[in-house]
Amino acid sequence: MGDQSPLKQNSETVASDQAALKVRVWRGADDGHFDEFTVPARENQTILDVVTEIQHQHDASLSYRFACRVGVCGSCAMTVNGRARWTCRTHVRSLKTNEITIEPLSNMPKIKDLAADMSGFIDKWGQAGNDFSSDLSRHDAPAKIDPTSKKRKRANDAIECINCGVCHASCDVVRWNDDYLGPAALNRAWSLVNDVRHNKNEETLAAALGPGGCSNCHSQGNCMSACPIGLSPTRSIAGLKKMSLLAMLGVKP
Amino acid sequence: MMEARLYALQRLSAVVMAPLVVVHLITIMIAVRNGLTAEEILSRTQGLSIWAVFYVVFVLAVAIHAPLGLRKIMVEWFSLPRRGADWIALVVCVLFLGLGLRSVMAVTGASIGAAIGGGA
Repeated sequence: MGDQSPLKQNSETVASDQAALKVRVWRGADDGHFDEFTVPARENQTILDVVTEIQHQHDASLSYRFACRVGVCGSCAMTVNGRARWTCRTHVRSLKTNEITIEPLSNMPKIKDLAADMSGFIDKWGQAGNDFSSDLSRHDAPAKIDPTSKKRKRANDAIECINCGVCHASCDVVRWNDDYLGPAALNRAWSLVNDVRHNKNEETLAAALGPGGCSNCHSQGNCMSACPIGLSPTRSIAGLKKMSLLAMLGVKP
Repeated sequence: MMEARLYALQRLSAVVMAPLVVVHLITIMIAVRNGLTAEEILSRTQGLSIWAVFYVVFVLAVAIHAPLGLRKIMVEWFSLPRRGADWIALVVCVLFLGLGLRSVMAVTGASIGAAIGGGA
């Protein structure tokens, strides 16, 4: 690959045995439809490459979101063959089929084409009591947090979430119950109640235990299996459930 | 906190029910060996306060556990508003309590008062 120019790659790395991809792409809002495109199959090709190629070569009016292209920002999450994924980190080859269906993320209203309206998802983060709160200012010394402390270790995974919405789109309970805050928002609540700098632990826990809170989770683990970086909101929610039982017995978070 | 309490109640009632269900199923298998007639059952159950206690606890646990499960199913599968589901769950709870306690009284007969009173 190293000695090939980009131009050469374009013409020569089209795999001969799977010359074309049949790509169905969602167009329009909730009442939209699928458009079908034929895109050349290449040896090294992500779903985001396919979407970009469609926009560049077939239909410039196609709307979709992306930013970093390398699995850092989480902007390019879409539903690919029925499963929420980061399109930049999904190789066409890994799908093991030439027929690809691309839709916006589920459990959110569709705005246009592959862009979903994430405002409801973001609002739920707020509803889960997820604003960090502290009495300290920049004039105070930074908090010292022991990396081996129990609370820090509990939050270790949860804080890695970058808010891409893949777990929220994959959760059956989110689909069934409009009030449910969802795995991402509750995962954030879990990282906050374990943050010793946060001074509104009880408020955050109360919000996470409310009518739309952690008790709705069925522990099906869809969020865990869908998370592109292998986090387990299921475990975070289980932690909140345990904390809620302890809180009832008078044990403070 | 209400939601968290109900969550805890449902788990707790499940814990109570688990051994009771096992005993209940074994009892059924043993009981039907001599034929399943009302006389046969009543002759076995009446006057035995231990079964009155057993089934009163069972009925209480069921009356807590089942309506809470139904409440979630109504919200999640049938998109009922939470308030509506709460009321239906409450009605089911009262219904199960009424029917359940009524049958415990009928099956164990006079022993129920004695059972609650602690006598034989």
